[in-house]
Order: sequence, then structure tokens, then C-alpha cells
Amino acid sequence: MTEPLHTPLHALHVELGARMAPFAGYSMPIQYRSGIIREHTHTRTGAGLFDVSHMGQLRLAGAGAAAALETLTPADVVGLPDGRQRYALLTNDAGGVRDDFMVARLGEHLLVVVNAACKQDDVEHLYAHIGERCSIEVLDDRALLALQGPAAARVLARLAPETAALGFMQVARMSLAGSECVVSRSGYTGEDGFEISVPADRAESLARDLLGYDEVEPVGLGARDSLRLEAGLCLYGQDLDTSTTPVEAGLTWTVAKSRRAIGARAGGYPGAGVIDRELAAGAARRRVALLPRSRVPLRGGAALHGPDGAIAGQVTSGGFGPTLGAPVAMGYVETGLARAGTMLSAAVRGKTLPVEVAKLPVVPHGYVRGTTG
Amino acid sequence: MTELRYTDDHEWLRHEDDGTVTIGITEYAQEQLGDIVFVELPETGARVAEGDEACVIESVKSAADIRMPLSGEVVAVNEELADTPETVNADPLGAGWFIRIRPDAPYEPEALLDRTAYDELIGTL
Repeated sequence: MTEPLHTPLHALHVELGARMAPFAGYSMPIQYRSGIIREHTHTRTGAGLFDVSHMGQLRLAGAGAAAALETLTPADVVGLPDGRQRYALLTNDAGGVRDDFMVARLGEHLLVVVNAACKQDDVEHLYAHIGERCSIEVLDDRALLALQGPAAARVLARLAPETAALGFMQVARMSLAGSECVVSRSGYTGEDGFEISVPADRAESLARDLLGYDEVEPVGLGARDSLRLEAGLCLYGQDLDTSTTPVEAGLTWTVAKSRRAIGARAGGYPGAGVIDRELAAGAARRRVALLPRSRVPLRGGAALHGPDGAIAGQVTSGGFGPTLGAPVAMGYVETGLARAGTMLSAAVRGKTLPVEVAKLPVVPHGYVRGTTG
Repeated sequence: MTELRYTDDHEWLRHEDDGTVTIGITEYAQEQLGDIVFVELPETGARVAEGDEACVIESVKSAADIRMPLSGEVVAVNEELADTPETVNADPLGAGWFIRIRPDAPYEPEALLDRTAYDELIGTL
């Protein structure tokens, strides 16, 4: 087994008392001294600083980059305005999801952020299919920090007042504490916040500056997972994979109108036929939020049973939601049982436990909508 | 009541004056598990066998089984943990105890780790 890679913040994590564990080939902080529940709650009430440098940052350049990327995703990339970011999916020929990613347009470039575990595959996929139509650069000399929570905007405005003008899913190049950064107002917690791409050799100093503010505490991947679970956001490899389609996952909004059957740039991406058929006819199963009605957390892989006792679906992610103060999960169920309020059951260690289907997300998002752009 | 003994599975055992044995998890174990959100214990009166995974601890991230260090009858369980599982994090060697067992065989502290041996074990992990 190869040694896990270190992010540019590794020494800082160790200094802060993080419990490090291998994740997608990197040694990552799972939690710091205060623990997952406090870190989670702090992100919902103050501001949490996350190291997400394990994620892949790519730059696509060239006049044909957006059109080229559209051959691999049902998103509207060609129509993405300068300074805006979108959540998008890489699909396969069966309409399944190869990865989910963020794409932003900054002037002549597209900036793409992909999952750590998919990074290598994605880069090969892009080179193989669109490598001749645009230049693809892996930005492995940059770290990625996320500052998330209701106090994030207040804190970041002290370093760069122009961050206050960014609306949700807007992105801009700016100088933060003397470093040239790309800042987007987005995240993976359901809270207002920012993701900051910073040169690797400036990452630790920026992180220390941010941690110097009273509102900011370091938060590990453990709380990142419980935050995104409450916020109803998918984790690739658990809630999304090559066997789930955007329609099943409730991510039809990632299939742009212009890319649908009668749109201006209809189809032309892997699995378009399957996805168009499902958009028209619906899918046989749907991703839903699940609220276990006992104190026992449900974990990914647990089978779900309908009122008649027959298998009705499966949990794909589950754990404890510190903001809810109760277990929370998500999974896929037959469309007929996907309505909020439907009572299902799950078998855990030989006991049958009640689970209620709920609307996603179970904790409301705190995003700040932009007034411009 | 005697001094605590330990297993290499990070449980502690205490031999009570009435011959029963109280079982819980160590400070090290609770710290490794992180925030505990649910503890599943056997029923009072149940029989457990050495090696049985008779208790389950759910932390925010994952579930862990607790293997029984000896065989016997469960004579008491810590009912408090149903509503306040976080007690295990706060006071693992005291109020966060799990179950009390009347062992089938005489209690043999020599077969278990003493504090020095246990500290050596976790020091090397």
C-alpha cells in the first residue's frame, strides 16, 4: 500500500491535534480536539474552516473548452456567465453518474473541482475525450479551503471586503492576506460560506489568519459528512455512483433545459437518451431523506422495507445529525414510497426499526442569494 | 471492590464485593470512538458468552461492537445510557459503565491487563 499523500496543511492539522485518517489517498483530519458534534454545531452557528485540498482542481482553457465539456455533462457550460459556478455531473452511457463536480467560469478559463477519489479517473476521462479540444491543467500546486457557516461572510470580509459582494455560486479572483486566490460562495454544509483556492505554499498562512478570528474553528471530515447529510447533499460513491441516474437522485436541475430533448443544444453527452426518457417518464426509484424514528442510527447499506414488508430500497448514507439531535439518513426508495411522511422500516441487528421518508434537506439551507449577476 | 482490569479490546472490568463484574469501555476507547450517540445493551437476565458482541456503541461516524470478556448472566445494565449516551464520553470509567455480569467461572484478574500493562498497550498503538 502506498503512503497517503499530505495536503499543504498537514503540519497544521497535527499541531491542532487532529485525528488523521487515510481518505481517498490522502491523510486527512477526521476531527480535531473538540469532536464531531461540537465542530458540526460550530459550523451551523459560527464559522468552520475545512481543508479540502484532497479534491482535484483543474483548469480548462481554449475557445472550445465549454462546448467540449458539454460532451461529458448535461450541464449548461456554454451559457455559464463569467464569475458564476455550477454544480454538474459527469455521466456514463447508461445515464449513470461518473462523478459530481463544480465548474466555474473565470474569464477565458473554466475551473473544475472534482472529488478526490475520482480525480485520477476524471482527469484521464477528460484527456481521452476532450484533450484535443481544450487544454487541461491539473492544479496540484493549489490547496482548497472551505470557510463555512453564518459567520463566514463577516470573517472573510475582514480579509477582503469584496467577498461581501459575492452571491451564492458566484466566483472571483482576489487577494486574500497577500495571496492570489479564487473565491467562490459555495460549499458542502448547507450553510453560507466560501471555498478558497489558494497557492499551496500560502495555504497554511491563510488558514492561520482565518483561525486567528474568534468565530473560526477547524472542522474535520467527520463533521463535513454530518453537515452535508443534514443538508441533503450527495456524497459521491455513496449516494451517487455509476448505477444512479440524475433523475433517480433528484438532481434533474443539473440537466440544463438547453440540453434536454428539445433544447438548443439537446443531448450530445453520455447517457442522454436514458436521461431524456427518465425525465419524461420518471424513474422507478428516488433519493429521499430518511428520519429514523428510534435512536438507532441507520448506516449505508441497510435495507428498507415497505409497509407490506417487501424490500423497498436501501440506505446510502446515514449517521447522526447533531443539529437535528437525532439520527438522519438518505437513500433510494421505490417512487411509490418516496412521498414525505411514508413510514418504512429497516432491519438493524435483528430489530425492525421505523423510518420516516422526509423531504430533502432535513435542515434548511442558509445560502445567501445574490442580488446581481 | 477491586482495582480495574483491562482487555486488549479496550474494556475495563471491576470485581464487585458481591462477586459480580462491572464492564465498561476505557478512556482511550471513548476517545477513539468520538461522540457516542447510541448504546445498545443486552437485557437484564440475558446470558452472554465470552466473545459475544453483546453491546453496540454507535458514534456519529460508525458502529462498534463490544465483545464480552467473560461468560455469565447480565444482572444489571446502565439504563441511563438510553437517554444520555454521551455519558460514556464524559465519564467512561464511572457513570458511563455498561453492564454488570455474574460470571459463570471464578473471576481471574491475573488473566487480564493491569493498568501498567494496559497503558503500555495503548502507548504502542
